[in-house]
Amino acid sequence: MGEMEQLRKEAESLKDQIIVARKGFADTTLQEAVAGTAVVSRVQLKTRKTLRGHLAKIYAMHWGAGLTQCVSASQDGKLIVWDTLSTNKVNAIPLKSSWVMTCAYAPSGNLVACGGLDNMCSIYNLKGKDGNVKVMRELASHTGYLSCCRFVSDSEIITSSGDCTCILWDIETGTEKTIFAGHLGDCMSLGVAPDFKSFISGACDYTAKHWDIRDGNCTHTLSGHESDVNAIGFFPNGNGILTGSDDATCKLYDLRSDQELITYQDATIMCGVTSLAPSLSGRLLLAGYDDFNVNIWDALKAERVGVLAGHDNRVSCIGVSSDGMACCTGSWDSFLKIWN
Amino acid sequence: MSGASNLVAMKKIVQQLRFEASINRVKVSQAAADLQQFCMQNALQDPLLTGVSSSTNPFRPQKVCSFL
Repeated sequence: MGEMEQLRKEAESLKDQIIVARKGFADTTLQEAVAGTAVVSRVQLKTRKTLRGHLAKIYAMHWGAGLTQCVSASQDGKLIVWDTLSTNKVNAIPLKSSWVMTCAYAPSGNLVACGGLDNMCSIYNLKGKDGNVKVMRELASHTGYLSCCRFVSDSEIITSSGDCTCILWDIETGTEKTIFAGHLGDCMSLGVAPDFKSFISGACDYTAKHWDIRDGNCTHTLSGHESDVNAIGFFPNGNGILTGSDDATCKLYDLRSDQELITYQDATIMCGVTSLAPSLSGRLLLAGYDDFNVNIWDALKAERVGVLAGHDNRVSCIGVSSDGMACCTGSWDSFLKIWN
Repeated sequence: MSGASNLVAMKKIVQQLRFEASINRVKVSQAAADLQQFCMQNALQDPLLTGVSSSTNPFRPQKVCSFL
């Protein structure tokens, strides 16, 4: 038997081992475990603010770690930092490339980042000496579009790309610290763990992967989705992973039991999930869909308990503020809305 | 040579699968219980879940009545 054939057999055998091992720990289902808990009552959120100013589709938004500022990116070629309370624009940053697909706010509030079809992640310093916001670094080495970026600190950022890899960058030197390879399809989204020690990525290979930031290892590969995983986020306890897919479902996986716990689906929902965010306690899962709506799910009971209908086009991004006080949605209709 | 690089790639895949097969796992009952406990413990601090009264909602300032 050739070496290649031997390796293939070993791979198949290991995959079977993983399936069996997971089954061995599936002593119940989440559904059974919470059977005695009541579904939360209907959640009705209202639009409290509408952020107007972008002139084209909004592709991404990210809340700052402070309570009221957020950044949004639009294919009108602008990154806008908003004060959501007053709806004022704190900064309107013109971009070199208007084909932006993602943006991020550093936890410190000092930096924002964005990237897209230029294959680069551009870092901007909001607190420059002369008050002007300038490009601080251009992180270039991905060979595909930048789908998502998230700061680990002011000196490190993680990016995900259409080239199927994620990269941890040293912002100071503008170089790659670690390349996370393993996905077999475009990486679409990433999320950093609450303790900043690991991150998760969702890709067009229908899987989600969990990575250790320091040693570069992929520790878990979670499958089950039947199409591209567009959106991903940690459950607030740091052990659960939420994913949203073009297969019209969201899923909750648990890292410690290394398997899917539940699927959020409904026969009437037939369009892809574009974005998701859990509420502060994790009990609510807010997910944006291609049909212009956001569905609110009881994350434990997997029942729909609310809908946010207010956009006139696809909801492309969603986020919950750091104190859980509000949810922000961004849409192809060029508006952002703040709800609670 | 594509043959050699395929072999290298396949070895990496097998190595990764070995790693993923060997991780320690926890029972779903434990994972589910922890998730539920986390939700319960933080439920009262979750404004989107509990609702926010207009007096404590920073996004909905109370209308102030003033004498003209």
